Amino acid sequence: MPRLHVPVTPTRPGDKPDFSYVALSPAGAIKKPAFDAGALELEFLATGLVRVLDDGHRAKGPWNPKLDPATLRTGLRHMLLTRVYDDRLQRTQRQGRISFYMRSYGEEAVAVAQCMALEPGDMLFPSYRQQGFYMVRGRPLVELMCQLLSNTRDMCKGRQLPVMYHWKEGNIFSISGNLTTQFPQAVGWAMAAAIKEETHIAASWIGEGSSAEADFHHALLFASVYQAPVILNVVNNQWAISTFQGYAGGEQRSFAARGPGYGMAAVRVDGNDFLAVHAVTQWAAQRARAGAGPTLIELVTYRAAPHSTSDDPTRYRPKNDYEHWPLGDPVERLKQHLIMLGEWSEERHAALTKALEAEVAEAWKEAVKFGTMTEGPRLDAHTMFEDVYAEMPSHLERQAEALRAELALNAELGLTAAKE
Amino acid sequence: MARMNMIQALNSALDVMMARHRNVVVIGEDIGYFGGVFRVTDGLQKKYGDQRVLDSPIAEGGIVGAAIGMAVNGLKPVAEIQFADYIYPAIDQIASELARIRYRSAGDFSAPVTIRAPCGGGIRGGQTHSQSPEAIFTHMTGLKVVMPSNPYDAKGLLIAAIESNDPVLFFEPKRIYNGPFDGNPNKPAVSWTEHPKGEVPEGYYTVPIGSADIVKTGTQVTIVTYGTMVFVCEAAARSLGIDAEIIDVRSMSPLDTATITESVRRTGRCVIAHEATRFSGFGAELSATIQEECFWHLEAPIQRVAGWDTPYPHAFEWEYFPGPARVALALRAVMNVSGASEREGAAE
Repeated sequence: MPRLHVPVTPTRPGDKPDFSYVALSPAGAIKKPAFDAGALELEFLATGLVRVLDDGHRAKGPWNPKLDPATLRTGLRHMLLTRVYDDRLQRTQRQGRISFYMRSYGEEAVAVAQCMALEPGDMLFPSYRQQGFYMVRGRPLVELMCQLLSNTRDMCKGRQLPVMYHWKEGNIFSISGNLTTQFPQAVGWAMAAAIKEETHIAASWIGEGSSAEADFHHALLFASVYQAPVILNVVNNQWAISTFQGYAGGEQRSFAARGPGYGMAAVRVDGNDFLAVHAVTQWAAQRARAGAGPTLIELVTYRAAPHSTSDDPTRYRPKNDYEHWPLGDPVERLKQHLIMLGEWSEERHAALTKALEAEVAEAWKEAVKFGTMTEGPRLDAHTMFEDVYAEMPSHLERQAEALRAELALNAELGLTAAKE
Repeated sequence: MARMNMIQALNSALDVMMARHRNVVVIGEDIGYFGGVFRVTDGLQKKYGDQRVLDSPIAEGGIVGAAIGMAVNGLKPVAEIQFADYIYPAIDQIASELARIRYRSAGDFSAPVTIRAPCGGGIRGGQTHSQSPEAIFTHMTGLKVVMPSNPYDAKGLLIAAIESNDPVLFFEPKRIYNGPFDGNPNKPAVSWTEHPKGEVPEGYYTVPIGSADIVKTGTQVTIVTYGTMVFVCEAAARSLGIDAEIIDVRSMSPLDTATITESVRRTGRCVIAHEATRFSGFGAELSATIQEECFWHLEAPIQRVAGWDTPYPHAFEWEYFPGPARVALALRAVMNVSGASEREGAAE
């Protein structure tokens, strides 16, 4: 008799961490096919795990991107800056100075290595855990912080939750709070690039939990049908808030394995291995740029942080899970690799961390000058009526006028904006 | 009787119905082991097992589609959409399927699904965690749409929704999950413990769908409202010293037209208030109905108070929210007009 299967969550609070469910391949074990190989020849890439760094921190095998030490140090710096920035803003949220925050702790290699493997003109459609793009593409931290503060220099004019950045000049699309919506949009952007005969490609990121949404399937279908120059990335960080990846379908097959069903190249990669992530992304980018078709990449990683500052993961998973994660920590692994190469040291790492902390602290001091949620200058509330349409319709003009009368009465009744 | 906040009352409704009927199941994102991001389903999986309290993939269209199939096969699913803002991927399943299965099969099939969704702003949720989309669903024939404003109604309406033979969209104003809110964000939070509607029977009872509640009787003006705005309107009328009759609509579809129109005929003045955007909002339906039924009794044009016609901005939450000042301006406007003098003025 059939019984409803309920996906197994391997460990819960109080259990000993157990990651035996994660299928691993040794570093260097997976073949590297030609970038323009037919999708049917590539199916093994969707179930193996491309890894370059071995347990002794040596780079191994055909996927080694052979990056020079200066590039590796740059990558390490971007990842470390992302982490330092995240830690600082997490504390800032705890102090009540910003309303909300989301860290990318444990998955910094995804955004940083992938962005470094792409060209500056390539268009990125992120979800909310790829702040590393901004480190790589060099947006001043002050500008990011002003978004978090919803202040007078906020790129979103106070309209979006913290971390929902965008950067037109930097080719990074606006983040949506709704899940997976950016996936088919990235495919459309790439279709337009092909229609316009341009060589820039598009790339998009979702979490494995978001691959459950229909938009994931729309994206793969359109990418495959039109052979769009796009890279679709599933960041499998094991958890969608409290829900284990098995509930998104990861229990039966890898997320990368969704690709071959659509006749699409797909690669499963160690998401905490900077070198492997870089190499796989470069391969997929070359494939897309050459007109050889789209690629689905599953980046196997771990969400070491809570989902957001509104989440408490000790309620649903073992406290010390991350210490036992078999793919280690991305910052630590690249650091050890550089040390092994004789290109880095613990002392230099400590000094860099300190310098980055100072840089972030300095940026924060600057950002708060443009206002915080509670003090300093504030955007005019009437800006909320702008950008609903290209030109303001008359009914919004009337509402903006009505708001003036209301604010006056508010002041009279002692009901000024929230002090939180 | 017990003291409950709205979350506990909703939890109690689910508990009561799961205990009474083996065919009641609950499905949604993070609702099982974790107990829901707002804790409404806390403890249910432990009590009723993982075959009846289902954690789901993040796929609202899938949740509603599957809930329809379960209902067609005899279950009574209660689906949670984590935030009302996330309901749109399920729109086709709701509008084209859920709402019409009974009609298109001439009554041979039906899908009595309850869809719960926390709605509304006031929690610094920005444009994707603050919306009030109830009007969209009132425009879909075949659906019932309700929104309670207090723990007592929340429990009674949810039990009625689960018992309903028709699908019900059940919106929960999350700003008042833990206590009534008068629209002044600077005041300390108030809990439900002091409020009479925080007193909730522990067992089974219903609040019938399709009945409005006269929250406060009054003589000078009728305020027709629902959800978070009930308390904001009370505060606004109090601040102006106006003896307003306040009606909590509770059920947008079907609508208790009799209670509303009887009141407006009596007071001769009407303000309609909701948090959702104004243009084509549910206030438009209320206003049209009241105008049709009460025209000869009105002393002043009906006033609508609503969220501005923009997305809900993170930084300007309280400038956006239709707080007591916006309600007060509308009240002043209806009170300062006499129907007779307006007509005379127009004739000059």
